[in-house]
Amino acid sequence: MNKETMYDITLTINGVPYAIRVPGRRLLSDAIRQEARLTGTHVGCEHGVCGACTVLVDGQPMRSCLIFAVAAEGSDITTVEGCLDADGGLGPVQQAFREHHALQCGFCTPGFITTITGYLSEHADPTEEEAREAIGGNLCRCTGYRNIVAAVLRAAEIERGRADAP
Amino acid sequence: MKPAPFEYVRPETVEGTVEALASPEAKVLAGGQSLVPIMSMRLASPSTIVDINRVSGLGGLQVTDDGVRIGALVRHRALELDDRAYDANPLLRRAVSQVAHPTIRNRGTTVGSLVHADPAAEMPAVLLLCDGSVEVVGTGGTRTVEAADFFLGPLESAVGAGELAVSATFLRPPAGSGSAWMELSRRHGDYALVGVGALVATNDRGQAMSARVVLIGVGPTPVLVELDSALPDRRADTAAWSDAVDLIVAAIDPEADIHATVEYRNQLARVLGARALRAAGCDAATRVAA
Repeated sequence: MNKETMYDITLTINGVPYAIRVPGRRLLSDAIRQEARLTGTHVGCEHGVCGACTVLVDGQPMRSCLIFAVAAEGSDITTVEGCLDADGGLGPVQQAFREHHALQCGFCTPGFITTITGYLSEHADPTEEEAREAIGGNLCRCTGYRNIVAAVLRAAEIERGRADAP
Repeated sequence: MKPAPFEYVRPETVEGTVEALASPEAKVLAGGQSLVPIMSMRLASPSTIVDINRVSGLGGLQVTDDGVRIGALVRHRALELDDRAYDANPLLRRAVSQVAHPTIRNRGTTVGSLVHADPAAEMPAVLLLCDGSVEVVGTGGTRTVEAADFFLGPLESAVGAGELAVSATFLRPPAGSGSAWMELSRRHGDYALVGVGALVATNDRGQAMSARVVLIGVGPTPVLVELDSALPDRRADTAAWSDAVDLIVAAIDPEADIHATVEYRNQLARVLGARALRAAGCDAATRVAA
């Protein structure tokens, strides 16, 4: 096999521009971890089933293992590291996860945090049923989901509280 | 779980795409929600990936008197949320909202799903039920393929090597008709074990004047069943539809797999078929009254 063709691309990840060089087959999930060195994004099943690698691409939750990095050129990406508060503390979803013990081993958590962050940006006040639906594409083998659903509702409450604050 | 090496090209025009597709074993990348996992599992190793995401003119969603026309880059999620498309053909939202999870629908395209032609996928079945068509461009020019001729086998559509599906059109259901989509899957967002789409036209007394269903998960391609010879005498929204259900089961030939036996799939077709027909009858009654 000849040497693989490499492609120079730029991505904005959590507000920071990255210029990286990747082969066409590099998955966005691997580029985020290996080239950008942001290891918060976890790689589970690598075929779009588990949801652990979910990131926000231009604000929308997507599976980073189902996107080639080269095809994401120019995109604005938010990973779990970018779901922080403006002052660098825990973001609303992260804080809610801590309060409700919504993680155990933590492997799936980055995918949940990004998925829920994206969801709450469009649905400020979900019901419990809607919260369950919102996380339907993410697998967790530890918690049984009950505490994660509670954390979705709590995160929405925290965000609404902040929006109402003067 | 990593794809094999390939050359990546990103044309900006349809002509450029067709040119790039001339290289042997080239494959179109739109949303990639089926293609990328297949490549990661090394079930496919195309030599060239032709990324159409920057091709101009493929992102449009138009609602006309005939129906809803979507370009090759319209994401499932955009179709789901489009109110004009819903008004023109409510079945589009009812079915596309059952495609995988929102995260997948944010990236995956509806036209891509048609071309992928998974026998358990919703949108190929909806195209068939609504007498839709797909516009395909190749070196020889543009051709329109009717839904009835589009799905050739499992994961095999009429889009040939070197061709690009640029849009799909879903016709409006006839006036006075209602629609419904019903499916059962083992887990939320999974492919359905069996899914049924129904289209029922009623008169002003709520009686069915014509009906057809489409089924997924019961054969190598979606199965369309015309039910005009088996309409119930009673109101469409409360009838048992027993003659229709017998026709449905006679028309399908499901296979057993790890998830369901043949008998169970037949039973699902029976139960979901009757439910979908009643729900479509109910939808039609609402529309006739409106």
